[in-house]
Amino acid sequence: MYLNQFLLLAAFLFSVGVYGVLARKNGVLVLMSIELILNAVNINLVAFGAFHDTVAGQVFALFVIAVAAAEVGVGLAIVLLIYRNRHSIDLSEVDLMKG
Amino acid sequence: MHAVLAAAQTLKAPDLDYFALAPEIVLTAVLVGILLLDVFVDETRKYLVTQVAGLGLLVSLVPVVALAANGADRSMLGGAYVVDNFALLVKALFLATGYVVLLMSSDYIGEGDYYEGEYSFLLLSSLLGMMVMGSSRDLITIFVALELLSIPAYLLAGWRKRDLRSNEACLKYYLLGVLASAVMLYGMSLIFGATGSTVLRTIGREVGGSVGEEPIVTLGIFFIVVGFAFKVSAVPFHFWAPDTYEGAPTPVTAFLSVASKAAGFVALLQLVYIGFFGREEVWGPLFWVLAALTMTVGNLVALRQTNVVRMLAYSSVAQAGYILVPFAVAGSNPAANATAQTAALVYLLIYAAMNLGAFAIVMAVARKTRSAEISSYGGLFTYAPGLTLLMSVFLFSLAGIPPLAGWFAKLYIFESALDAGTAAAVTLAVVAGLNAVIALFYYSAVAKEMWMRPVPDGDTTPIPVPPALAAALAFTAIVVVAVGVYPQAFARLGDLAQLTLR
Repeated sequence: MYLNQFLLLAAFLFSVGVYGVLARKNGVLVLMSIELILNAVNINLVAFGAFHDTVAGQVFALFVIAVAAAEVGVGLAIVLLIYRNRHSIDLSEVDLMKG
Repeated sequence: MHAVLAAAQTLKAPDLDYFALAPEIVLTAVLVGILLLDVFVDETRKYLVTQVAGLGLLVSLVPVVALAANGADRSMLGGAYVVDNFALLVKALFLATGYVVLLMSSDYIGEGDYYEGEYSFLLLSSLLGMMVMGSSRDLITIFVALELLSIPAYLLAGWRKRDLRSNEACLKYYLLGVLASAVMLYGMSLIFGATGSTVLRTIGREVGGSVGEEPIVTLGIFFIVVGFAFKVSAVPFHFWAPDTYEGAPTPVTAFLSVASKAAGFVALLQLVYIGFFGREEVWGPLFWVLAALTMTVGNLVALRQTNVVRMLAYSSVAQAGYILVPFAVAGSNPAANATAQTAALVYLLIYAAMNLGAFAIVMAVARKTRSAEISSYGGLFTYAPGLTLLMSVFLFSLAGIPPLAGWFAKLYIFESALDAGTAAAVTLAVVAGLNAVIALFYYSAVAKEMWMRPVPDGDTTPIPVPPALAAALAFTAIVVVAVGVYPQAFARLGDLAQLTLR
């Protein structure tokens, strides 16, 4: 099996996700970028699980999917809260505290 | 489908040791209980929920003590969940911290009309995650425990829903927390790929052997350490901490700066001492840089703060730097390894008591002044001599002045660095020593304000301290003074709770 192809895809997704988190200003797009990183992790886990012929990789990936759902649920609630109080989800405007 | 059903017949339930799981089971029962109680009690009697939650925390401490008296190490699920002295010690720490935070918050949350029942529920959920973290010796368990303790904490940080600062605190904590756990997970996937296992003991054996030489292991260790560096707010991954601490409700800030940080260090201790122990040339220098930067930047920025909570936030960043010192020196020889573990654990225990105490005083003073500016502490001695004395005790303990507990914690850190004896370790000890001097400046600036300056608005009515807050203050103050006077007892606890790769 060609493990490298999966790893390269995952590394690419991870980089795109990190770039998105750092560069995007829209709250929802940042959440999507975080999902990209988590999916890069899932690809890695499943590919390595198949490579080592163990089920642990898939189990780990299932845990990641379930927990990511909870995480994004909380994240969307927070973005909604910000929108209600400020009428904008531009994260670069959220900077009352500095220093 | 038939094949799956046929296979299901042969599945066996895993062997669970219910005695070993008793603290978590009790805490879960309390969680469900207070959630139901919150539905059925009417609005004026919500304080009952907080009281039941507090009682529940004390009840979960009973099986922890029973397990400690029993003394046997218990391992289940193929070594993924272990209850040993280390796990019991940190569980007791988390339960005690949770109880003190609950004492501190009961009046604050009740008076502010801040959804009392849900607050206790989320606080206890987060504590449950920390309890699981103490026992997790497996990548999956560590990940699940980390999320279980973090997700309720994100919500708690934004508890004042209409307050823009609280919103900002919540958002920053959430985004950086989630990014950190995603980066950590990527590292975990690489470690799993290199070793083919998620159990830390197996990983430890593989990483110590020939697999450890692979670059993928180095990369995995790097990502995992960076992920946890966010969690414990180590420089350069600290920038969320001051904003979150300032914006979040003060009892939540105390909880985040003590319990959440301690949970991050507990996970790091398990990963480093069991999982990655064979590759100290990778994580040693990494922790060295993190420790030196964290201490120095935290202390220098704390110098120019005018808000007490923000100052304590940077001080807690700096304190995390001291706790990172034993990690940086642990790999050099076996003796240093043992002292370094004890040093990190003892520092965590003592730091919890003194930092919670300082935050309790900040809350008591803010009840009257409605402000956290350092200038509002002027002349505190003239109208609240008790609070002034206690605040001085906590601040000087944080600074490391004998005979208070913080002094002993710092002594242990220096001892671990000197035990290692390498040039790098000694240099780090010197950096830590210089930082202790810098820290004294800003801690004593607050003390000077309280003891010497006049009252800013001339209002010298005494501060009423509610009984719960007074109990929290008394408990933390007794620990800080008692450990300072009899440090041997605490060192013994730390020595008993050693983690080793067998």
